[in-house]
Amino acid sequence: MIGALTLLLLFQLAGEILAHAFALPLPGPVIGMALLFATLALRGGVSDDLRSTANGLLQHLSLLFVPAGAGVMIHFARIGGEWPAILGALVASTALTLIVTALVLRLLLRGKEQPPS
Amino acid sequence: MTPRLNEIWVYLSATPLLGLTLTLVAYQGAYWLYSRSGMNPLANPVAIAVAVIVALLTLTGTPYATYFEGAQFVHFLLGPATVALAVPLYAQLPRLKQILGPALLALVAGSLTAIVSAIAMGWTLGGSKETLLSLAPKSVTTPIAMGIAEKIGGLPSLTAVLVVTTGILGAVMARGLFNALGCQDHAIRGFAVGVAAHGIGTARAFQVSETAGAFAALAMGLNGLATALLLPLLIRLWN
Repeated sequence: MIGALTLLLLFQLAGEILAHAFALPLPGPVIGMALLFATLALRGGVSDDLRSTANGLLQHLSLLFVPAGAGVMIHFARIGGEWPAILGALVASTALTLIVTALVLRLLLRGKEQPPS
Repeated sequence: MTPRLNEIWVYLSATPLLGLTLTLVAYQGAYWLYSRSGMNPLANPVAIAVAVIVALLTLTGTPYATYFEGAQFVHFLLGPATVALAVPLYAQLPRLKQILGPALLALVAGSLTAIVSAIAMGWTLGGSKETLLSLAPKSVTTPIAMGIAEKIGGLPSLTAVLVVTTGILGAVMARGLFNALGCQDHAIRGFAVGVAAHGIGTARAFQVSETAGAFAALAMGLNGLATALLLPLLIRLWN
């Protein structure tokens, strides 16, 4: 587990360094994900240690959003004043994005869809 | 409070322990409720945990900054967790190769829809410019969205809240919408959730199936890239 965590942090660090060195528009962790993906594809496999650590972290991915979500309390005043615009935009835009993405992908994949096994 | 209790409170509220423990306890409780509900998307664990924490902080008069001193250790793990998304994604490599072209087109369509519809709807309903700019990157994962908001003149900390709310809404709405559309393929469902609702949608997708989760992770990463590239350009056109 420590080995896998070290590996994840090293890839994140490499991502941060690349992001800053080349002023990339992406944050370090996303570049780190791309680098790790490329490494796994080149090596052709994932170690058991890395797989179990990754699964452990991702199983409770939603926990990691809780601290940022609680930041809602410093924006109560603005949200109170503009809640129809904020709520309307979030609900409508999220629903529309789900629908457009799913329909476009389904249209393009016609005949290649796979029902859940 | 008696003076003794008061002293303990003053001491504890100055250490990161309290914020960290509160985050984990609130999430555990919320997750227990979520499992008890049969993983009903309406009982979203992030929403419940956030509500509990905000209520407690408000009642005790604790500032968010004090809470975050402890909670930042959880927040930090978003970084390594994002890197770890490469692992399930790699497991889907064969299917990924098969649908890469269509997925990229769907990504651009979804990414533009997310940005334009959020700004248009917020503007129609009378949102201020700062709010609209904070809304624009709402479908992208927190660290990317905050960076974009800063660049285009939004409020990064407001964006973080809007991103989390978007994720919760996406996780809540996805199943009903996809069933109504008759969309059964878990790769498509996962991909759409990842584009619209980033990491929280991805977390929900992983609970539904490994395939949905992997494609949600892919879409989340790609939409981070697409939005980071497209949004500043769109804003320049708009101004």
